Amino acid sequence: MADRATLEDLVRLQGERVRALKQQKASAEQIEEEVAKLLKLKAQLGPDEGKQKFVLKTPKGTRDYSPRQMAVREKVFDVIISCFKRHGAEVIDTPVFELKETLTGKYGEDSKLIYDLKDQGGELLSLRYDLTVPFARYLAMNKLTNIKRYHIAKVYRRDNPAMTRGRYREFYQCDFDIAGQFDPMIPDAECLKIMCEILSSLQIGDFLVKVNDRRILDGTFAVCGVPDSKFRTICSSVDKLDKVSWEEVKSEMVGEKGLAPEVADRIGDYVQQHGGVSLVEQLLQDPKLSQNKQALEGLGDLKLLFEYLTLFGIADKISFDLSLARGLDYYTGVIYEAVLLQPPAQAGEEPLGVGSVAAGGRYDGLVGMFDPKGRKVPCVGLSIGVERIFSIVEQRMEALKEKVRTTETQVLVASAQKKLLEERLKLISELWDAGIKAELLYKKNPKLLNQLQYCEEAGIPLVAIIGEQELKDGVIKLRSVASREEVDVRREDLVEEIKRRTSQPLCIC
Amino acid sequence: MADRATLEDLVRLQGERVRALKQQKASAEQIEEEVAKLLKLKAQLGPDEGKQKFVLKTPKGTRDYSPRQMAVREKVFDVIISCFKRHGAEVIDTPVFELKETLTGKYGEDSKLIYDLKDQGGELLSLRYDLTVPFARYLAMNKLTNIKRYHIAKVYRRDNPAMTRGRYREFYQCDFDIAGQFDPMIPDAECLKIMCEILSSLQIGDFLVKVNDRRILDGTFAVCGVPDSKFRTICSSVDKLDKVSWEEVKSEMVGEKGLAPEVADRIGDYVQQHGGVSLVEQLLQDPKLSQNKQALEGLGDLKLLFEYLTLFGIADKISFDLSLARGLDYYTGALKEKVRTTETQVLVASAQKKLLEERLKLISELWDAGIKAELLYKKNPKLLNQLQYCEEAGIPLVAIIGEQELKDGVIKLRSVASREEVDVRREDLVEEIKRRTSQPLCIC
Repeated sequence: MADRATLEDLVRLQGERVRALKQQKASAEQIEEEVAKLLKLKAQLGPDEGKQKFVLKTPKGTRDYSPRQMAVREKVFDVIISCFKRHGAEVIDTPVFELKETLTGKYGEDSKLIYDLKDQGGELLSLRYDLTVPFARYLAMNKLTNIKRYHIAKVYRRDNPAMTRGRYREFYQCDFDIAGQFDPMIPDAECLKIMCEILSSLQIGDFLVKVNDRRILDGTFAVCGVPDSKFRTICSSVDKLDKVSWEEVKSEMVGEKGLAPEVADRIGDYVQQHGGVSLVEQLLQDPKLSQNKQALEGLGDLKLLFEYLTLFGIADKISFDLSLARGLDYYTGVIYEAVLLQPPAQAGEEPLGVGSVAAGGRYDGLVGMFDPKGRKVPCVGLSIGVERIFSIVEQRMEALKEKVRTTETQVLVASAQKKLLEERLKLISELWDAGIKAELLYKKNPKLLNQLQYCEEAGIPLVAIIGEQELKDGVIKLRSVASREEVDVRREDLVEEIKRRTSQPLCIC
Repeated sequence: MADRATLEDLVRLQGERVRALKQQKASAEQIEEEVAKLLKLKAQLGPDEGKQKFVLKTPKGTRDYSPRQMAVREKVFDVIISCFKRHGAEVIDTPVFELKETLTGKYGEDSKLIYDLKDQGGELLSLRYDLTVPFARYLAMNKLTNIKRYHIAKVYRRDNPAMTRGRYREFYQCDFDIAGQFDPMIPDAECLKIMCEILSSLQIGDFLVKVNDRRILDGTFAVCGVPDSKFRTICSSVDKLDKVSWEEVKSEMVGEKGLAPEVADRIGDYVQQHGGVSLVEQLLQDPKLSQNKQALEGLGDLKLLFEYLTLFGIADKISFDLSLARGLDYYTGALKEKVRTTETQVLVASAQKKLLEERLKLISELWDAGIKAELLYKKNPKLLNQLQYCEEAGIPLVAIIGEQELKDGVIKLRSVASREEVDVRREDLVEEIKRRTSQPLCIC
């Protein structure tokens, strides 16, 4: 016993040593060595098969989904997927990790956010960072020239957030993309239509879709006199206009990024504008912009886009916003971002910030980067920010005190007296075989009250009660949990009666 | 240019050096050093933004799912999930990786098959190896005493297979578990009922469920004289009986695992038996087994189980098999059915040029009415191409807009399969499409 206590002490101390080394960011080699020692010590404690101590936490930035959260998630995905399907998209899936070289080509400065797998003697692997690079790899690998696909899966980023509002390291992305050479702006318009359909169906409040074009941005900077080398950095300043004032943005551009003040002013004249198709037409007449080839291309495409959006009935949800700049370097044409107009208000709750809930754009050069011959496949797509939507829907349900069910069980098979387990098993088997969703308590002689209580907690709407007298009479008592009304149903009619009751929309939760 | 060629050669040579080191299983440190040199050389080649050479492959042991494979997968999952739901299971999900310590306690000799994440200064992580350890962690973390849950997700094992029958390193597991203290064998019976329902619904052929009990196995080994220390290893020999003959198994137990031949023979008398509940009753009377407490417990529970399975109507699918010692195996099969990869119901087409606006307006109405519709992304597509597209994708209906029909206020609705066309009034189109696509006789 003393030996064991000593061993346990040694294990504890060695564990602390390991943690200290990690905090001090000692070399990986050193840490591994000490971890190996720790494991050896633990092994000496003996193979205690029954008692495994689990460190009771998920890794930093990740979380489990409880049945309740899964119910919310399923609702949201159902809306999104049925929209994608309605538009004729196919679905694909890819591995959770890619060859490291597949990911690192593209992500330059972001590569410190990529989760690498340990080199265990084989290929160097990393967890996927988004679904776009796997898509480009898939297209190039299969030599596809066109596809309309959606892909819903988790991606991984080693963010070191200030844990603002649940910034996760493992989170879902919901991507829809149309790849291929088509007549201009039709697929782009469909992407916007899809975004609007989804956001409307989710009923998370009013929203607005901001639209801009990479070529208009670049053209604007050019005519304002921004040096080429400063394009991207000025871009990221301009993008902050949705959160801070123009004065702050200007001061960052001039003060921190070395832009001439008069250039900044000229930029200000453009990027503070937003509107509908009339703004597009106005800018097409702008003396400076109309001299810039890129800007003209972008404006021309936006004009066409607005025509299609009007036919799709969504032009009123779209705002041409010259300050929309963010996004990844690989966008080559139209870019868009959907924002909620006002956070859903709940009594006493902090309102969620107005963040974007979906975004996307056209990226014609990415697949060419993967293809060995550099063959280009133009792409346009969108990504739905489902994690944010999950929280919004969860909060809404809580605010409305909506009862969320975590199972779809329609009827509990119960017994009113003892020694009726066999009857319950026989009956429930008939119900399952008829496709009815049914449960029973795993007790030989459960009390009726407990069975009824179980139904109330789980939201099960019906109880099929077997009783000795009813057995003799050849009936089952069918009880509505909500109304407490009971009726005797002939055994042979029970399946039909349950189906009838559970298909009526008025019927249940 | 000469400089570049030289550089490219150096890159190639250095790449070979790295590969050789890995093959020789050189130290990680050495490999990293040479990889760093390689990357430096590559960087010198210049940031050629347009042309990035990618190795176009998925990692070893993993694969993409094409739309066709996804359609198959969705069908299978639908059957499985609706069965789990029918039995009142909740669903959970967990992260793809766990703290390394959560996983390594359990897997003893299997831990070399675990994918570790690189130590990047934070927690040490590993990809989940199955769904059972995450489940146990979830239960403990949430202090749950009972739950009926299913979990469908991919798990990861660094197998070095002889690539037999598509052994993957990333593959799906579909788990259903009932946790909690309940009256004996009822949940166990439900698990078997679920297994049978799923396998029947999937229509992949006749099947058999073999049943045994760890206590009966251990009790049998005990009464036959197997030393305690050899239990697990004899177990794994016995388990091979479904693939090889008894002679081979016996020779492995005696020849390789040092079991006395007479003990092996005694084992053979038991483990080659299989049958229904009558075998259970027979063994309950067996002079040796009935003296063994463990075996009696196991046999008693199996007897009860068979009663419940009979009430569930599945006893004929169950075989009590004394050689069953281990768990599941994996295989991937091939299905040859023609499979649709989209659910599109109607293609909105135009018969003449300059009708894109009309197509866009019509398709928008259909989408708003919840109908699954597509159109070709061409301003002036040929009708033939549009019809061909429908045939390839399996789209059953075409709504054709034509100049004359526009004047008459109708749309031509055509069945792709029968080629029959009928003029439908614009205002009736949605209803007509819905009517046609809900009839089971109707399509694909």
